[in-house]
Amino acid sequence: MGFRRKDLLGTRDLSADEIRTLLESAESFKEIAERPLKKVPALRGKTVVNLFFEPSTRTRTSFEIAAKRLSADAVNISASTSSVVKGESLLDTVDNLQAMAPDIIVVRHKSVGAAHLIAGHIGASVVNAGDGANEHPTQALLDLLTISAHKKLGPGLRVAIIGDIAHSRVARSNIWALTTLGITVRVCAPPTMLPRGLENIKGVEVCRRPEEALDGVDVVMMLRIQLERQDRLLFPSLRDYAAIFGLNRRRLALARPDAIVMHPGPMNRGVEITSDVADSEQAVILSQVSNGVALRMAVLFLLGGQGHE
Amino acid sequence: MSETIPSLLLKNGRLIDAAQALDGKFDIFLVDGKVSKIGIGLEVAADRTLDLEGLWVLPGAIDLHVHLREPGYEYKETILSGAQAAVAGGFTSIACMANTMPINDNAAVTRFILEQARAAPAKVLPIAAITRAMQGEVLVEMGDLVAAGAVAFSDDGKTVPDSKLLRHALEYASLFGKPLLCHCQDNALFADGVIHEGMIAAQHGLAGIPALAEEIDIARTIMLAEYLKVPVHICHLSTRGGIALVRQGKARGVRVTAEATPHHLFLSEEAVVDLACGETLDEDLKPAMLCYNTNSKMSPPLRTAADVAALRQALADGTIDAIATDHAPHEATEKAVEYDLAPFGVVGLETALALALRLVREGVLTPLQLVARMSQTPAAILGLNDRGSLATGMAADLTIVDPECEWVVDPEKFYSKARNTPFTGWRLQGRVVRTIVDGRVVFSL
Repeated sequence: MGFRRKDLLGTRDLSADEIRTLLESAESFKEIAERPLKKVPALRGKTVVNLFFEPSTRTRTSFEIAAKRLSADAVNISASTSSVVKGESLLDTVDNLQAMAPDIIVVRHKSVGAAHLIAGHIGASVVNAGDGANEHPTQALLDLLTISAHKKLGPGLRVAIIGDIAHSRVARSNIWALTTLGITVRVCAPPTMLPRGLENIKGVEVCRRPEEALDGVDVVMMLRIQLERQDRLLFPSLRDYAAIFGLNRRRLALARPDAIVMHPGPMNRGVEITSDVADSEQAVILSQVSNGVALRMAVLFLLGGQGHE
Repeated sequence: MSETIPSLLLKNGRLIDAAQALDGKFDIFLVDGKVSKIGIGLEVAADRTLDLEGLWVLPGAIDLHVHLREPGYEYKETILSGAQAAVAGGFTSIACMANTMPINDNAAVTRFILEQARAAPAKVLPIAAITRAMQGEVLVEMGDLVAAGAVAFSDDGKTVPDSKLLRHALEYASLFGKPLLCHCQDNALFADGVIHEGMIAAQHGLAGIPALAEEIDIARTIMLAEYLKVPVHICHLSTRGGIALVRQGKARGVRVTAEATPHHLFLSEEAVVDLACGETLDEDLKPAMLCYNTNSKMSPPLRTAADVAALRQALADGTIDAIATDHAPHEATEKAVEYDLAPFGVVGLETALALALRLVREGVLTPLQLVARMSQTPAAILGLNDRGSLATGMAADLTIVDPECEWVVDPEKFYSKARNTPFTGWRLQGRVVRTIVDGRVVFSL
């Protein structure tokens, strides 16, 4: 048993056992954040490169802290400071990185499959930190870790994901990970942001209205609505979106009383979620952030620290 | 051409000619670049005789839709390399699209293409743009272009969004009896899509191109042709809905013809995440990356398995008149990029006939239908009276095929400058062994 892969590119093809291994490992790393000296030597001498082609503060910082707490050397490269702006191809950029012998490359890119392209091209381990609207596996896994502190992961559990499903890698990675564990996923979005055919995925239920999606669920995941979508005619206004799809007290009351509320951040308060809900007892949004570090430590550790060479 | 062509007697081959409904063992005698005689046990004094026992002899294949990239993008393909790929794939005539640089929207470019083609082993037929610079705003000088040698008009890769302009293009082209080859696509619905809007797009977050983007424009195009009572040709059908529109149009008597590409006849959207698409690939040649391989990216995109089945049915029943490759060469580094950034298109000239032979093997087409879809009808669509058949007096353009020969698609061995095929590692049966253009052997395996 364990996790023997060169790369973590998505949750789509992870087995239930692999997911559990990652979560168990993450569980053991949680405690490190509480120590006065937040560092273990697990990845001493290893180099982790955070290669971010899209702006990101929290994911990049989370990976950086995770790498440093494992004693790895963490290097951050963002597209604006790299040669990408000079027109270099992705594979050339990666070849140059590879020549400096990194052990793990964490990639965030706007194109679907960018992490796969890199992983297939180089020997270093690759962690997908978001490829377009495809996958963001560590987000889904940290979400599972967060849920597992409150609920038993497995059949019977019901999770509602509400927001711009079409453009959300968080939604996709969660759909794959949750359904692999037998958890029912309800997705709900304006029809303009709901890809056709999701209902064909086993374990996924498509709901037209948030009221329907929220009814009796154990977990509510709200997705960030991106302002640029409005320009692309996908919804008339944030005001309209908030009125129909926003999570407020009244709507949350439809979920189970012990339901938890999640958001991958950054939040648009007053749009997809009201402040009173975001700051309520039921919200576990900051736990997600803390768990993100532990989960990413587990991922880096399992990819770089043992087994795979 | 003052140089004399040695006469050539081809004996004992299986002659398959749709125009004459001929399928049997015959000898064929080629003199002065034309078919002189067909018969059993021909006794003629030939300069050269070839025994084609066990081989098929077909009228040379004609491709209505290729991109030769010259002028302007010679690093992708040249007229010469494209024509070499053509004859290696059994094509004796290829019609090349206008999206070169400069665009073939004036007689000077048409003449340049024909000049370059003089050294090429295949007959190159320039297709001129419909609108100047393919901007969809002003008609090209059709008369001048036809006089220079343009065989058809197309803004391929783009549609002509302005319906009034498309109307006038159809009307004006009819003056010369030259067809419009329409790439049908509603640009707003196509948007920034990269693959078919279906299950794979939904699951992988790739921007989708709905079937509707193609079908709405096919409907518009057919309605215009119907109203104007002029012919129109629809490029690369890919959807059930598009097929239905063409079928209904034909039933109403609209002079609409249509083509389908080998890749749309063999691959579905599944290829985006598994390029092998169920095929057992040669181990040594198998691409390293089967998921998100950019050789699964073309426009129109690979559709659903049901669309593939419908295309095959439509090809068999004649709704689809022709197989055309949409041969779209790209340089390797252009395709070795992020999926959404890669250019659309795949090469097809060197695999099309073998794939069509597989359709025969699979019972989709009869050998006569294959010849109809790859030679007779393409010639008719372009109004080429001297080819598309092996009847006496026709140009001696022939493709000789070994139907049993097994081979593996290895892009490194292509004559094309480009390698961007989705069929790398496919094991195919049936191969072009000789190609003859105007009585001369221009390709031998």
